[in-house]
Amino acid sequence: MVGRRHSPGPTPPVSALNAEHHHAPEGTNMSTPDTNSVTNSAPGLAPHGTDSAAPDAGTTRVKRGMADMLKGGVIMDVVTAEQAKIAEDAGAVAVMALERVPADIRAQGGVSRMSDPDMIDSIIEAVSIPVMAKARIGHFVEAQVLQSLGVDYIDESEVLTPADYSNHIDKWAFTVPFVCGATNLGEALRRITEGAAMIRSKGEAGTGDVSNATMHMRQIRQEIRRLSSLPEDELFVAAKELQAPYELVADVARNGKLPVVLFTAGGIATPADAAMMMQLGAEGVFVGSGIFKSGNPKERAEAIVKATTFHDDPDMIAKVSRGLGEAMVGINVDEPARSIQFAERGW
Amino acid sequence: MTGPTSAPLVGVLAVQGDVVEHIRALTLAGAEAVPVRRPEELAAIDGLVIPGGESTTIDRLLRVFGLAEPLRARLADGLPVYGSCAGMILLSAEILDGRADQQGLGALDITTRRNAFGRQVDSFEVDLVLDGLSERFHAVFIRAPWVERVGPGVQVLASIERDGTKHPVAVRQGNLLATAFHPEVTDDVRVHALFVEMVRARGNIDGRAVVEGSASTTNRDN
Repeated sequence: MVGRRHSPGPTPPVSALNAEHHHAPEGTNMSTPDTNSVTNSAPGLAPHGTDSAAPDAGTTRVKRGMADMLKGGVIMDVVTAEQAKIAEDAGAVAVMALERVPADIRAQGGVSRMSDPDMIDSIIEAVSIPVMAKARIGHFVEAQVLQSLGVDYIDESEVLTPADYSNHIDKWAFTVPFVCGATNLGEALRRITEGAAMIRSKGEAGTGDVSNATMHMRQIRQEIRRLSSLPEDELFVAAKELQAPYELVADVARNGKLPVVLFTAGGIATPADAAMMMQLGAEGVFVGSGIFKSGNPKERAEAIVKATTFHDDPDMIAKVSRGLGEAMVGINVDEPARSIQFAERGW
Repeated sequence: MTGPTSAPLVGVLAVQGDVVEHIRALTLAGAEAVPVRRPEELAAIDGLVIPGGESTTIDRLLRVFGLAEPLRARLADGLPVYGSCAGMILLSAEILDGRADQQGLGALDITTRRNAFGRQVDSFEVDLVLDGLSERFHAVFIRAPWVERVGPGVQVLASIERDGTKHPVAVRQGNLLATAFHPEVTDDVRVHALFVEMVRARGNIDGRAVVEGSASTTNRDN
């Protein structure tokens, strides 16, 4: 487990550096409990008094650690406070606030952007679980706004219309952590290099067709297995091929996994879809249109949560799959009508 | 079940949360660690860890999967349980800023406030003095709770000061241990070692894992 702690990648800016442990205990401070002071708010804190323990906010460890706490859980797309409540009631570990669910973005077209701050505020107000929100690829000001609103995680998402076709957001510059999508290992490692603290495999969001999510999850896992099998002297070329920093590539090769949590997303519509992605190695699941575009959102959401926990138990998956009503109708990935290729955005 | 030298069997509640991190830490601390999702798995263990995660989700799934009642029964029998973050919330007698229907397990005589330090942007790490450990513990707080009230039988092991008030963030009551922070996301397994010792001590004294009656009131804090 692991590499999470090695803070791989190139030397990040200062904001990320306080990630490194100061784990070495300072002196033998015999236990007088209660001696630590913490100042008021997170960033840039100095301790009260003489105690040398200064708290650090926005570190790589708290960003990646936040994703660890979501593992084995389901994160649900919501567009209103009411949907957020339904998601929380059903056992979601977090909700993703966005302007329109991917199925509607797909159907309606047009430019898709960060949500209205009022809507995000109303969702933060409505639920006690973490609230994530999407920013456009490369749109660092949308990300600044989301951080200012107090969202717990930002998804720099290909489902929205990209704002920059060359650069992603410099995610080290933020206190709030980011999750990014990836279709393959190189893309995942480039996002981690930019500061992403969580990766989700991309699927074709808004289709209800799980095949792309399956392909990308298999791809990432396969490339990780291949790296682990390489002799050390071949990792340099592997890094070149992956277009990712050598240190990060070597870390993945050594640990056999990404240094951050890997979820899956895109096209998941049934409890069996979620369970399959977990069996393929996802550590948790994002469900978008699959819940609120289905006939019975509440029951379907509950069932997907249960199937994610018991993803390796077919009896349980069978049990929770009963009586859910209609799944989202879905668009086949190959249909010509499916004009937007979300997964191809991001590079 | 657990002899003086053998590794105690410690479960990690695995309905949601950072389960593998706890399994790794427990293993390094000398326990045999297994995930627990079913009542029969719960019945077999000598001690349990409730991991970090989303407390509302775990609370709900405990009930949905029929684990809440068996777990309450084992807690009443004195099962050693350690909760980190969400686990601390779930063990608490009273939960503030929780969901209205959040029931918890009500085993630990404390009042806990969820997300007391703020949202994710307020998550932090700090070196903490922890009673019973000779050197500071590097503690990672993620959307962490704090304790606002402790009952008479509860020992405070560490606190953090905010706005002039000291808030307990690590507590022990008999066989129960809880931290608002996440030792499992660091390489330091001293908190887990402390818990494994608690599990071992109970195994040795009771001579078996499940005790009928009032073993839970035995206070071995000293």
